Amino acid sequence: MIILYIIIGMAVVTALPRIIPAIIVDKFMFRDWLNRWLKAIPYAALGALIFPGILTVKSGEPHVGLIGGIVAVILAYFGLNIMFVVIGAIAAVYFLM
Amino acid sequence: MHDITTLSKGYGTLTHDASKTKMIQKGLQAGMPIVLGYLPVAVTFGVLASQVGMSLTELTLMSALVYAGASQFMGANMIAAQASAIEIVVATFVLNFRHFIMSFSFSNLVRETIPLKSRLLLSLGLTDETFAVTSLKKENAGEKNSGYFFGTVILIAYLSWVSGSFIGGLLGEIIPEQLSQSMGIALYAMFIGLLVPAVKKSLRLLLIALVAMFVNLLFSQFISPGWSIVLGTVIGGATGIYFLKDEDL
Repeated sequence: MIILYIIIGMAVVTALPRIIPAIIVDKFMFRDWLNRWLKAIPYAALGALIFPGILTVKSGEPHVGLIGGIVAVILAYFGLNIMFVVIGAIAAVYFLM
Repeated sequence: MHDITTLSKGYGTLTHDASKTKMIQKGLQAGMPIVLGYLPVAVTFGVLASQVGMSLTELTLMSALVYAGASQFMGANMIAAQASAIEIVVATFVLNFRHFIMSFSFSNLVRETIPLKSRLLLSLGLTDETFAVTSLKKENAGEKNSGYFFGTVILIAYLSWVSGSFIGGLLGEIIPEQLSQSMGIALYAMFIGLLVPAVKKSLRLLLIALVAMFVNLLFSQFISPGWSIVLGTVIGGATGIYFLKDEDL
């Protein structure tokens, strides 16, 4: 039963930050600099999500995630479909394990 | 409603529906990599959650209601470690607060084209991955029926996450550890697969991402990973005020 309360609590605190901006965004007129900031957010988010988290793919062995990441960069650089980038990186890590 | 539509077999109605179908197709295409990235991770979550003693109903419910990968892994771990409910909920809030900034950025992108009600529904399905995919496909944001594009991406991602968790809960301990561990790279590879093509077009975007990485690395030594990602995203994004040129926008 306590797990159910935990799930509901987690659901509420996760949903609020998601929906509040959708409601209040209409009430703002964004200045140019704020617009640039918001437009840059996706690229910054990708950077922050990739590193240093990728080093923890295998705990205690950061090189595993690093090599998987390098494989992904190379495959993506040559314009491969993102699905093959993902499969290639999984395969690389699998052989390193 | 349906009668009126079928009665007016005008050219206008046909192109209207065609553009909806096209947006759904585009959404399926853009969402497929997320599905591929989510399924193994969701299965892993299901396996892990069942191993810490959560029932199949509980772990599927968690995926359906919380729908935020990292925090669910953390939640399962903390449940296993007998942490208090308050502790788990606060940690979840901290870890998922980054969606606030993403949701702001996304809502700003579609404020002209998607009405509030639809925007509310879409915002509930924003994750790191759906945000990255939808905001990097921003050329669709201005188009007619763009809500169908975003809705499709978000819906198939959500369904794959929830069904993957359910399957994982069923599979329990059958999956070999080497395979489930290798799949930990999947989401990172997807982020890289999204970032690299953008960076190839403009090195200034790489600069923004690098600043965010560095800030995240620096702060992750002192504060929780959730807050550290928030700071990396906000500060890295702020450098865009100076770095971004008009052609990047």
